[in-house]
Amino acid sequence: MTFFRNPSKEPLWKEEFSVLASDERYVTRRQFTKFLTLASLGMFVGNLWILLRSRFARARQFSSVKIAQVGEIPVRGVKLFTYPTPQDHCIMVRTGDDEYVAYSQKCTHLSCAVYYSAENDRLECPCHRGFFSIKDGSVLQGPPPRPLPQVTLVRDGSKLLATGVKGT
Amino acid sequence: MPSAEPHKQRRGLVAIDGAMALIAIILIVQMWLLSATLETYLAGHTGAVVPAALFSGLLFSGCLALNLFVDRVDRGTWHS
Ligand code: FES
Repeated sequence: MTFFRNPSKEPLWKEEFSVLASDERYVTRRQFTKFLTLASLGMFVGNLWILLRSRFARARQFSSVKIAQVGEIPVRGVKLFTYPTPQDHCIMVRTGDDEYVAYSQKCTHLSCAVYYSAENDRLECPCHRGFFSIKDGSVLQGPPPRPLPQVTLVRDGSKLLATGVKGT
Repeated sequence: MPSAEPHKQRRGLVAIDGAMALIAIILIVQMWLLSATLETYLAGHTGAVVPAALFSGLLFSGCLALNLFVDRVDRGTWHS
């Protein structure tokens, strides 16, 4: 069994372009099995790639960024901001007198922007009615496969700082 | 194409078809395994990554063994 051509054999054009049209289209069982085995190798390499990525992935470094003043928004109020890059839109909700939570605004289903529904006290995605818990960003209902990434907030005096993102 | 006796050929063909069907099933399982592993990995769970890679490697070796089998039987059937 060989997966690759032996260069000393017949010229490639003779194998690929047969004199007879029917021969040209004919795929032997051996060729087909070889193709399936190579596809199987591809799947295995894919799994190995995930394994290597999970082993050697370095923890992402996040900087501290001021996103709001304490008391800037009312209880059940919302502030939108971007973190860690200007392309990453996030949503912060004040859930209590001294409680704030922040999540990525990108729905984990197909990336629509989620919004805070104060009457249901949850984050909702308008595209396919995916709902997320305001407590931890977990999926309550709908097609999203994963929780929303949560932005870590730290209080520094009267400032609220974003210091990292969990679950990216 | 020089042919061996028809009975032997038929048996060879059945064996090859069976092996090919098994390879196709293995491939489908591997596809499912890869997409499931990717899904759990992206969800932040890494516990399934190692067993999935080992199992996928095992399935690939099964595929390789079946491929060798098909190769041998095919050669034996048509060129004996
Ligand atoms: S994009 Fe949010 S539920 Fe589909």
